[in-house]
Amino acid sequence: MGDERCYAKSLCRHSKRKGEVRLRPALLESFQEIRDKNMLTFKEAKERGVKVAGIYCGYCPRELVLAAGAIPVGLCGTREEPIAAAEKDLPRNLCPLIKSSYGFAATDTCPYFHFSDLIIGETTCDGKKKMFELLGKIKPVHVMNLPQIPDRESSLKLWHDELQRLQKVIEESFAVEISEEALREAIHQTNEELRVRKELLDLNRNKPALISGMDLLMTTFQVGFNADHKEGVVMMERLIAQVKEMAAQGHQVGDEKTPRILLTGTPVGMGSEKIVSLVEECGGLVVAMQNCSGYTCTQFMVDENDQRDPLMILAEKYLSIPCSVMTPNPGRLALLEQMIKDFQIDGVIDLTWQACHTFNVESFNVSELVKNKLGLPFIQIETDYSNSDRETLRVRIEAFLEMI
Amino acid sequence: MIVAGVDVGSISTKVAVLTPEKITYKMAPTGWSPRETGLATYQGLLQELGHSEDDVDFVVGTGYGRISLPFVSKAITEITCHARGAAHLVNDSTMVIDIGGQDSKIIKIDQKGKVLDFVMNDKCAAGTGRFLQMIAAALGLDVAELSELSRGKTPLTLNSMCAVFAESEVIGLLAAGRDKGEIVAGLHQSIARRIASMAQRMGKAARITFTGGVARNEGLCSCLREVLGAEIIVPAECQLAGALGAALLARDYLS
Repeated sequence: MGDERCYAKSLCRHSKRKGEVRLRPALLESFQEIRDKNMLTFKEAKERGVKVAGIYCGYCPRELVLAAGAIPVGLCGTREEPIAAAEKDLPRNLCPLIKSSYGFAATDTCPYFHFSDLIIGETTCDGKKKMFELLGKIKPVHVMNLPQIPDRESSLKLWHDELQRLQKVIEESFAVEISEEALREAIHQTNEELRVRKELLDLNRNKPALISGMDLLMTTFQVGFNADHKEGVVMMERLIAQVKEMAAQGHQVGDEKTPRILLTGTPVGMGSEKIVSLVEECGGLVVAMQNCSGYTCTQFMVDENDQRDPLMILAEKYLSIPCSVMTPNPGRLALLEQMIKDFQIDGVIDLTWQACHTFNVESFNVSELVKNKLGLPFIQIETDYSNSDRETLRVRIEAFLEMI
Repeated sequence: MIVAGVDVGSISTKVAVLTPEKITYKMAPTGWSPRETGLATYQGLLQELGHSEDDVDFVVGTGYGRISLPFVSKAITEITCHARGAAHLVNDSTMVIDIGGQDSKIIKIDQKGKVLDFVMNDKCAAGTGRFLQMIAAALGLDVAELSELSRGKTPLTLNSMCAVFAESEVIGLLAAGRDKGEIVAGLHQSIARRIASMAQRMGKAARITFTGGVARNEGLCSCLREVLGAEIIVPAECQLAGALGAALLARDYLS
């Protein structure tokens, strides 16, 4: 009941004045259907002998998987359900993303994990790299050694070596040879995906916003599971066109006064969307997300005319991702500042999944930037995937929105 | 113009009614039904004043029960309401510490009582009114007796900050034959330190308003004074700051 109250009070304010109900783009449905349609696509692809590589993180150079004619697919790890099962093997006070990822694998409830021939992990944080050791007992896992001081020459060299190693692992596991031509084509295709993804997320530079944070999250989350990456690009392009068309007819989400929130910090997906949904239930809009599931990775498109070794180009690309596992990590603050300007942000929420030390510590720097340098309201929220604190979080988020 | 603020907290319900002449308050234990208690306390106060619900121009609901009150014109969080109420009760204060029944919050405010920043306890019940109630019960005392008992006693060190483990620790100390007053003094000190570490995240404040039911505990106040090195002011209406703030915001809303 509380939800309806908040929702009516806020998001529909604009539409209600005009005596309308807020319209959502009809094409959103096609994204909701991806999961069911996909099962079949994956099954058929496997029967044809197509290989699947499961990935967990934005640092995974998916171009190498694509270039091998295989399917790179993001694995499940955003839901609460398998966490209890994961806690049989993992400590309780570990980040929910790691526990959920492991739980899905251990209980064989993630179809994409099930279909995967190889899992690619990276030494991003302590919890993940140790979890991968346990995961290796279930499926073949290859862990890349990700250096964490990105601007050192030795780091780039190590990471380039790691990409070469991954190429060999993929070639051996999938019994293929990755040609330079295929790799350049994969780079092009990945660029296309990032370009369209960025275009979709950039729709909300418009004030009032054109698409809700929940709808954006659902769309970008679902499309990550799509077996056919080219099809994903087309689907996003069609959605962008539809949103623009609706905007031209005067449809928008919220109004000039709706608080525009930027969500930063740890990644979110469907099942772990509670902060996004709470903000929007309480009358705000998450117009942008600076996290690896959101805007961050769309910044790193590759120059396709660059004729150097493609593995070196990719090494540079992936080492530029400003995740809190890197030290120092000024790229995140620079991106945040730019996004706050571009998206006309009124307040910043920094989400930290419990036991994620790197994002938790880095919140200090984010708070300094947002509160002291930019003078905007800021709040850090530390939580997990469960709904046990939903009502206390609602108080905090409502009070935060009241500050704006 | 008549406006009202209804603050339905986890332990008690507070109502403030503002008429052009005066401010009046009423308080009642919330019990198990925030909806009924909220309505009954509100109607009770109006009746005492010789008014009906129709005479009231705007009602703001706050506290955890705010979402269950059908008669309010607008629901506003207790953070915003406490800030507004505290600024009205105490001049020149830049920070509010509110310790309520189930949470504690530190709010940085401007002169008008607008929220600039806030933190809330998010890990557990330790350092809340409920926590003090539990410990008092374990000691066979009423919460109101805690302050007097700790007066002049050397605090024992308490390490547990989880409400349940702290209770076990207190029971252990009692079994070891330690003085109740020293235990309570230790309890106040550990709560004050916890609150102080939250308050220090908000920066320095020279003059702090302390509200919520727990502010009536003088022993805890003097610990806070010591730990924070700041002036701690407890207004007589410390438990009513939320309801008052809600009523003031109702008035702001109309004008």
